[in-house]
Amino acid sequence: MRENELLSIENLEIKYILRRSTVNAVNGISFTINKGERVGLVGETGAGKTTTALSILKLIPEPPGKITNGKIMLGGRNLMETSEKEMRKIRGNDVSMVFQDPMTSLSPVMTVGDQIMEVVLLHNDMSKSEAALRAREMLELVGIPGERYAEYPHQFSGGMKQRVLIAIALACNPKLLIADEPTSALDVTIQAQVLELIAELREKFNMSLLLITHDLGVVSETCDRIMIMYAGRIVESGPVRTVYKNMQHPYTIGLFNSLPRLDIDTDRLEPIKGMMPDPANLPAGCAFHQRCPQADERCAQELPPLTEMENGHCIACFHAIDKERSDG
Amino acid sequence: MLRYIIKRLIYMVITLLATVVFLFTLMEFVPGDPALVVLGEGATEENIVAIHKELKLDDPYIVRLTRYIGNLIQGDMGNSYKTRQPIAPALFARLPLTMTIAVWGIIVGTIIGLIAGVVSAVKQYSLFDRILTFISLFGASAPSFWLAMLFVLIFTLKLGWLPATGSYTLKHWILPVATIGLQASATITRMTRSSMLEVIRQDYVRTARAKGQTQFKVVISHGLRNAFIPILTVICTRINGYLGGTVLVESVFAIPGLGNYVLDGVKTMDTPVVLSGVVFICFMCTIVTFLTDMAYAFIDPRIKSTYGFGVKRARKRAGLVAKATEGGNV
Repeated sequence: MRENELLSIENLEIKYILRRSTVNAVNGISFTINKGERVGLVGETGAGKTTTALSILKLIPEPPGKITNGKIMLGGRNLMETSEKEMRKIRGNDVSMVFQDPMTSLSPVMTVGDQIMEVVLLHNDMSKSEAALRAREMLELVGIPGERYAEYPHQFSGGMKQRVLIAIALACNPKLLIADEPTSALDVTIQAQVLELIAELREKFNMSLLLITHDLGVVSETCDRIMIMYAGRIVESGPVRTVYKNMQHPYTIGLFNSLPRLDIDTDRLEPIKGMMPDPANLPAGCAFHQRCPQADERCAQELPPLTEMENGHCIACFHAIDKERSDG
Repeated sequence: MLRYIIKRLIYMVITLLATVVFLFTLMEFVPGDPALVVLGEGATEENIVAIHKELKLDDPYIVRLTRYIGNLIQGDMGNSYKTRQPIAPALFARLPLTMTIAVWGIIVGTIIGLIAGVVSAVKQYSLFDRILTFISLFGASAPSFWLAMLFVLIFTLKLGWLPATGSYTLKHWILPVATIGLQASATITRMTRSSMLEVIRQDYVRTARAKGQTQFKVVISHGLRNAFIPILTVICTRINGYLGGTVLVESVFAIPGLGNYVLDGVKTMDTPVVLSGVVFICFMCTIVTFLTDMAYAFIDPRIKSTYGFGVKRARKRAGLVAKATEGGNV
């Protein structure tokens, strides 16, 4: 294990075993997150982003979910062998998560202050009044007046609720913050504020960040490194600048083409043709081959491995790898 | 807070008044001459006229209704035709018996129902869940008198462990309370299970888990607290049901409770007993409903804050926290 490595995931496989079918949500992904690093995980709905994130906290609903293979190492500890009791000490303390929908992620019958206090009390040896004080500080830190400690979630707007959730996540000073589409449910104007807040606090506490999103623009602004996920696999990853300048995987190229650009006069956006394959019934070979303009027979039979090209830029595509090699 | 209470109280009075008028009117349609009930067979023409005069039976409907309501407000529920005794003391003498069965039955039922419901929701589709579902379906569909008789058959006649009737020591209460308790628990289990199933899939339960909270606390303080309103509603309707509806159980165990008293009134065409008995039961039901409404407000802050409850407490708390901050700075 490298010195500054915080999280390392190796060959992680997660399946949802249902009565009639097995959904292959995550199919052998490996990645690491260093201390203080900001990593963006991008992909469309159903690509397995949230499942990956939940697996780090071991919060996959089980059954039907099951981690069938792989290793999750957090700061040198193998989470696969950690007991539930030990996991509880990690959740909220070492690794925190901000969820997608702030409207439903707070308990409606508890005051927001008490909900922050709860996590403080769980992981710190504090009296209730000390914890309440800390909760109040956290509220103020995320930009909510401390007087609103005793109010209930229904008295807050969506953006404010997300701030409260961020306060909960950061209350115990975690080493890793996982933000699972933290802005998807918010207004565009609020999105920027919330992202800024996350970026600012991450800096302040020097945490690692795993930002899950499907917004490529957000990643370019907030992250050091990007991982693009498709049908439960990472298809391309690398430093944000490198990937954005020199994207290689046809799926990544498709993603960027489906974004409007300011510098080019576009009449029509180019969506990627077709749909993501049913994760319960993945095709052989590269999962993207049915939609890929470059696909040939090899793509339909063989699974392209994630191969490092240069400066940590990894690609899982035969064509891109061949091209890169012949260029190099 | 005060506004909420006043509003609920006004509803309560309106409900009661409407019930009294409705029941009184309904009793008007009972066939037969009350004087015959009072005098029994072999009444003479003269006596009948005398009774009519004494009980003011010939007054117009509206006059008798107003008089009845007026008397009710003063606590006078009228006299029984049969015994010529005032009804109110008789009702109050029987109230403790019915209350004992109903209250203990509900307590037992709530405890069993909550535990069973929560466990079967958390362990959905497990063997335990399936067995409980079967038992609660059985408990909810079995008529109470049948259940009562089954208990008597097993525990009194076959095993001889518990008495079915007789003077009221703890032992005598077990069977009637168990009957009511089992029946109440069945409904409460089912409501708890379905309400909990809905709640434990909510995002805020996942948030609580992500905080590192223990499974027990996640289920109880985040799950059950949020699932409690529909459960409370069921408990309330059960209490209301048992206040007046333990008649069948009272009959089987020969308990001279409220239900039996009213039932006797029905049998002997004793209309004032039936009327006042039912009005009294309604009165208790409205009180229970009122208390439930109050409880809702304490469980759900959304109801509470609509009426400005708890704001004081919240401010006080925030104030306390504020003081702590100042203290910290000094």
